[in-house]
Amino acid sequence: MDPKQIEELIAKGIPGARVEVRDYTGGGDHFEAVVVSEAFEGKTLVERHQAVYNALGDAMRARVHALTLKTLTPAQYAKRR
Amino acid sequence: MADVSERIKSAIESNRILIFMKGNRNFPMCGFSAATVEIFDSLGVPYETIDVLADQEVREGIKRYSNWPTIPQVFINGKFIGGCDIVRELYETGELEPMVRAALAEGASRG
Repeated sequence: MDPKQIEELIAKGIPGARVEVRDYTGGGDHFEAVVVSEAFEGKTLVERHQAVYNALGDAMRARVHALTLKTLTPAQYAKRR
Repeated sequence: MADVSERIKSAIESNRILIFMKGNRNFPMCGFSAATVEIFDSLGVPYETIDVLADQEVREGIKRYSNWPTIPQVFINGKFIGGCDIVRELYETGELEPMVRAALAEGASRG
């Protein structure tokens, strides 16, 4: 699977999210994603990750072996830089 | 044999800290499971593990139970805490240790 496809799926499932996905083994099934969204405000980490997993739907179960996730609100993202 | 979600529920309820993982603490079969048990080892706290590779029913059942598609999965005091990334993040921000200590203290006072 292409990292771009994953970015698109996440962005579609979480409108307005800023998404960056990297294939860290080059094998097309181990990914690292940073997702920044206002929708994460007031949500627990579990809820944020679930939102991303839901956005990926069947792709998560069938085609992605591993996805390392960072989920941030815009404020958290700004603080990180 | 009891229904798989009942088995999962009872395992979660009877352990203060329970990790569903691939392999076991000495022989983790996946890097994410390994990283997770390493964190709990570094805290030096007692925890239990369930090897999902040894039980296909549990491997699929736990994903439905917690609405979470990946392994490992960590439960503290019966509550789903998250997978490897979340545990790592909570560890790095210093939130994990007090959470774990509180859960263990509560267990001790209950006897």
